[in-house]
Amino acid sequence: MLGWELPPHNSGGLGVACYHLSKALALNGSAIDFVVPYSASHDDIDFMRVHNATKISPLHKFGMGAYDSKFFGQTLGEKIEVGQPVGSIRAVQKQYVQFVEQLVADNSDFDVIHAHDWLTMEAGVRAKELTDIPLVVHVHATEFDRAGGASGNPIVHEIEYQGLMMADRIFAVSNITKQIIVEKYGIPADKIEVVHNAIDVATFDDGYSYDRRTYKYLEGLKSEGYTILSAVTRLTVQKGLTHLIEAFAKAVSKYDRIALLLAGDGEQRDELITLAAERGVADKVFFTGFVRGKQWRDAYSVSDVFIMSSISEPFGLTALEAAHHDTAVIVTKQSGVGEVLESVFRYDFWDTDRLADQIVGIATSEALKQTLRHDIMQEYARLSWSDVAKKCIVHYGNSAHQRQGACA
Amino acid sequence: MSKRGITFYLHVHQPYRIRPYSVFDTASDHDYFGGQAAIGKTNNEAMFQKVADKSYRPMNHLLQKLLDTHPDFKLSLSITGTFLEQAEQWAPDVLEGFKDLVRTGRVELLAETYYHTLAFYYSRDEFERQVEAHRAKIKELFGVDTKVFRNTELAYNDELAQWADNAGYKGILAEGWDPILDWRSPNFVYQPEGTKNIKLLLKNYRLSDDLAFRFNNQEWREWPLTVDKYSQWVETSISDQPLVNLFMDYETFGEHQWRDTGIFEFFEQFVERWLSDENNTFYTVSEAIDANEASGTISMPNTVTWADSERDLTAWLGNGMQHEAMRYLYSLEQDILRTQDDSLIADWRKLQTSDHTYYMCTKWFNDGDVHAYFSPYDSPYDAFLYYLNAVRDIRWRLHNDHKTGGLGG
Repeated sequence: MLGWELPPHNSGGLGVACYHLSKALALNGSAIDFVVPYSASHDDIDFMRVHNATKISPLHKFGMGAYDSKFFGQTLGEKIEVGQPVGSIRAVQKQYVQFVEQLVADNSDFDVIHAHDWLTMEAGVRAKELTDIPLVVHVHATEFDRAGGASGNPIVHEIEYQGLMMADRIFAVSNITKQIIVEKYGIPADKIEVVHNAIDVATFDDGYSYDRRTYKYLEGLKSEGYTILSAVTRLTVQKGLTHLIEAFAKAVSKYDRIALLLAGDGEQRDELITLAAERGVADKVFFTGFVRGKQWRDAYSVSDVFIMSSISEPFGLTALEAAHHDTAVIVTKQSGVGEVLESVFRYDFWDTDRLADQIVGIATSEALKQTLRHDIMQEYARLSWSDVAKKCIVHYGNSAHQRQGACA
Repeated sequence: MSKRGITFYLHVHQPYRIRPYSVFDTASDHDYFGGQAAIGKTNNEAMFQKVADKSYRPMNHLLQKLLDTHPDFKLSLSITGTFLEQAEQWAPDVLEGFKDLVRTGRVELLAETYYHTLAFYYSRDEFERQVEAHRAKIKELFGVDTKVFRNTELAYNDELAQWADNAGYKGILAEGWDPILDWRSPNFVYQPEGTKNIKLLLKNYRLSDDLAFRFNNQEWREWPLTVDKYSQWVETSISDQPLVNLFMDYETFGEHQWRDTGIFEFFEQFVERWLSDENNTFYTVSEAIDANEASGTISMPNTVTWADSERDLTAWLGNGMQHEAMRYLYSLEQDILRTQDDSLIADWRKLQTSDHTYYMCTKWFNDGDVHAYFSPYDSPYDAFLYYLNAVRDIRWRLHNDHKTGGLGG
């Protein structure tokens, strides 16, 4: 398994998905060697072998996390404290490839190479070239998603294209992502399997209980009959948050007992603050900055409605996390998570009138809100990583089988 | 014929800056202006001590020396209530220094809003309450009455002048801005449009800003500014006219222009040079008004301030964040005052201080660097978020402690 991050050294959902998928695969009988591009202890992981491909500290601190292809090629200078000087994300990838080459040379008994996203695709392709082991490329996000409507980095596109071409089998986290791979990269649809993510509810079962003091002011608003809307997200263009604020302002003009919690940070923050002020709703929008731990979970818990406003979201695990904390959910039609949920409102990311209607609808109907919250509980709980792992194992077999057929 | 006089006027102010005050502090910790989290430039006490060492103490010392040495040296000061509170709490010696200056009888104190606010534009009642609070504080600490009015940031228009006229002030200050003056000189006393008794003193902004802003600007073609050169400019400007009004921030001396620029020596020598001509003197603002008839009427229907290249209010009220911030704050007025909760009312008034919206200014070009220099925050957006959270907490206290108003504003 070739990955870029694992919790707690992760910058987002990629690390979480890799962790739970690997754990479920192991529980279903797979033996896994998992390669990460940094050095850090993962003592809590006993279900697989974690290999550190370099001596560098976890990368997301340097702007080289799983979501940072735009920093591609930037110099890091003296920020790297351990190991040899590293010039860029590209240089880290080179070291990563070399490590994987050595790993497959020393171990000849791998049945499949499973590579996650563009960051590790070159290493996967190289390992396949050296060993002729089948390659599965797992797409959690493409450069088109990360660019949020812009064109993205052409070198990253090229790496993705090569990886997708060379893969024996491709896993896409949603039909939306499959569609992008077919349309934008020209890959035949029958080579791609949709493998939706799941949620590991047990992870959340750690003695947590909601603390009403964390967002005391929002609790105060709730006691005045306010409905709390939230997005727990990086504040970046991809997330469609300007549309969300426009829709929120429209909703306020019809029904003003609503507030919006934006938990997270990102380069779009100042633009969003300005927009909220210009629309005259600044005091109803709450910016927390980056949240973790209790503040992060309480952000879900304080919310009545979770909104995923992404322009392009391959999956969107946070919607499931929110559902687990008993919120109603609204997602854009451009978010993959909508494919596994029925009891949600959907809208096109640009359709602020429709979102405003949905917000006002939920805020003014207790019955509607309770129904959505109740019904989504039944749906998200059915999604299990074990099922995802079983699906992967079936397709591992298929890809090996197809290759044998092709070779014969 | 009376002597040619310089009206030297300094503005003394410190705001209560809001500490980094987050969503998580809101409704939990009601101390916006201090506490453990008030770090860096948001630590008001540390900021006050820094400026006291660099500016208040050495400049008061110099002013006392000049007053002791030159019987004709005089000046005027406006000192805000928020400054006086901080001085009482953290630097009583600085306050004593100001009292000593006033005791000479040659230092006049001006009237203004206690909290250094733009309340005139939001609530006339609140504005008058703050002017009264300031009058009382000055009387209490210095034992003197104020006769001349200056509004926050020298924000001025005809309506304000008419208000001050009715309130009985003999004079009022404003920026001597070219587009208003046209061919007229700021070196005369004027009468504001639509008034009966009050006189208007106009800042000679070129000569004032030569010291306040340009003195140590090494890219300025006149740098370094010598006493010879500056005295010559003052001579050329005043010629056969009666006045030169030098209005600026007190902190020009030692804080905006550091000691090592030579600003203190420069000023001391300039005063000596000016008074070495027996036709010359210094006036307090009241004396300048008494010594001169109004030479005409000036009208400023739109507000003129002493800030930035636009000389308008856009540094404080130019963008959506600033308008929102003020809207939320002033909408609480009636509810806040009804509580008669002194601490809540004081905090609400401290949030009116104009510095808060100045920190939210997003005019980056030309003046933005000045704004950045004065801001204790990473960005105008941070300033806005902390401010908004503090306003929400004010609502919370209203709601929770006084069962008044709603959290939704």
